[in-house]
Amino acid sequence: MKVVLAAMCICGILLLASVLLANGQNEKKTAPSGDVYAELGKAPEKARLRANPFENDAKAMAAGRLLYEDHCAECHGGNAEGGKGRTKGPSLRAPEVQNAPPGTLFWVLTNGVVRKGMPVWSRLPEPQRWALVRYIKSLGTAEDPPPPKP
Amino acid sequence: MVLLSPFFARPLSAQENPYFVTYDHYLEEPGNLEIEYFSTFATERGGNNFHSYWTEFEYGATAWWTTEFYLDAQTTFQDSTVFTGFKWENRFRPLKREHLINPILYVEYENINRADKTLKEVVGHDVEEDFREANGDARRDIEHEVELKLLLSSTAKGWNFSENIIAEKNLSNAPWEFGYAAGVSRPLSLGASAKRCNFCRQNFVAGLEMYGGLGDRHSFSLHHTSHYLAPALAWNMPSGWTLRLSPGFGLNDNSHKFLLRWGVSREIDGFGDMVRRLFGGRS
Repeated sequence: MKVVLAAMCICGILLLASVLLANGQNEKKTAPSGDVYAELGKAPEKARLRANPFENDAKAMAAGRLLYEDHCAECHGGNAEGGKGRTKGPSLRAPEVQNAPPGTLFWVLTNGVVRKGMPVWSRLPEPQRWALVRYIKSLGTAEDPPPPKP
Repeated sequence: MVLLSPFFARPLSAQENPYFVTYDHYLEEPGNLEIEYFSTFATERGGNNFHSYWTEFEYGATAWWTTEFYLDAQTTFQDSTVFTGFKWENRFRPLKREHLINPILYVEYENINRADKTLKEVVGHDVEEDFREANGDARRDIEHEVELKLLLSSTAKGWNFSENIIAEKNLSNAPWEFGYAAGVSRPLSLGASAKRCNFCRQNFVAGLEMYGGLGDRHSFSLHHTSHYLAPALAWNMPSGWTLRLSPGFGLNDNSHKFLLRWGVSREIDGFGDMVRRLFGGRS
């Protein structure tokens, strides 16, 4: 029994250490920097040229808002102007994002920016990712007022 | 209060797959903690039926690393209830982007006794008759094991296809044992709803799993191995809770005839931040 308790303590300490180490690492990697939007420029042309099938779909925008609240707001902030805390993500109302083609945003959502803390979102079916893109593009830049909630 | 705050933190509407045994390539979101409880009821021919259960604490350390701690126990009917051990699992994503097939590397240390009946993975020559030993005897034998898995997973048009190749080694003098798990799943609807709803079709993910042993280093074969086929369903609720249900059926005489698995989980955001604050870090 003592061996089990000792092993559990060791594992608990290792787990805690891994959480703290990972925290420090994430903090460094997600610190604001000039190339925070560089991933947008890495989208292949084929992906960039894809059109959003829900471009003019108001329902998709409403659905995208809910998806944003569930999956994106935690890191990018409720108003998409960037998150706070350890998992801070960049503002999605920056001109780099708002002027990016929908296909580029869809590509980034699908592939994530894994080394900088953004997970892949291909687990969301394609229509849901496009709905998210539709909502994000509707936000406009930080100078624009956010769209009214439906 | 800081310790309790995860239970009052904002829950996230999860998007979980229905698998109990198979892993896909999706890791926990960075900083989030998912607390999961799973149960397995199994019939036992020539012995007592049992109910095993385990709790998982799954933490997204980074977007490419998920770490997870398990506590296992079981109740064998007409016998007793015993704590059977703990496991520490880590999953690593080596590739930066999505590909046709996405690999994940899985490393786990297990400190479990021979009374463990979670059937979380089936390897080597694990067969039904191994589970007949009385808890009082089986719990005395502690096993230290390392388990390695190569998780391969693809997602296309809403379908997820996952294949896991398993190698497990008892750190005492025992050969490597091998196993497999494979699963396919899809949400009942791919669209998104403009309103929050509990019973929308996209909240339900249906799937099918198959898993079993492949013998060991000295006898890599299907001889004297067990295999299972299990339909599975997950219900991802907007409140942040996920329920899973899976009846499983043994495919040969070495397998338990019937397994019934169910589970409940809840994802909590901001756990990493909270731990950091606990140790004096700033938000």
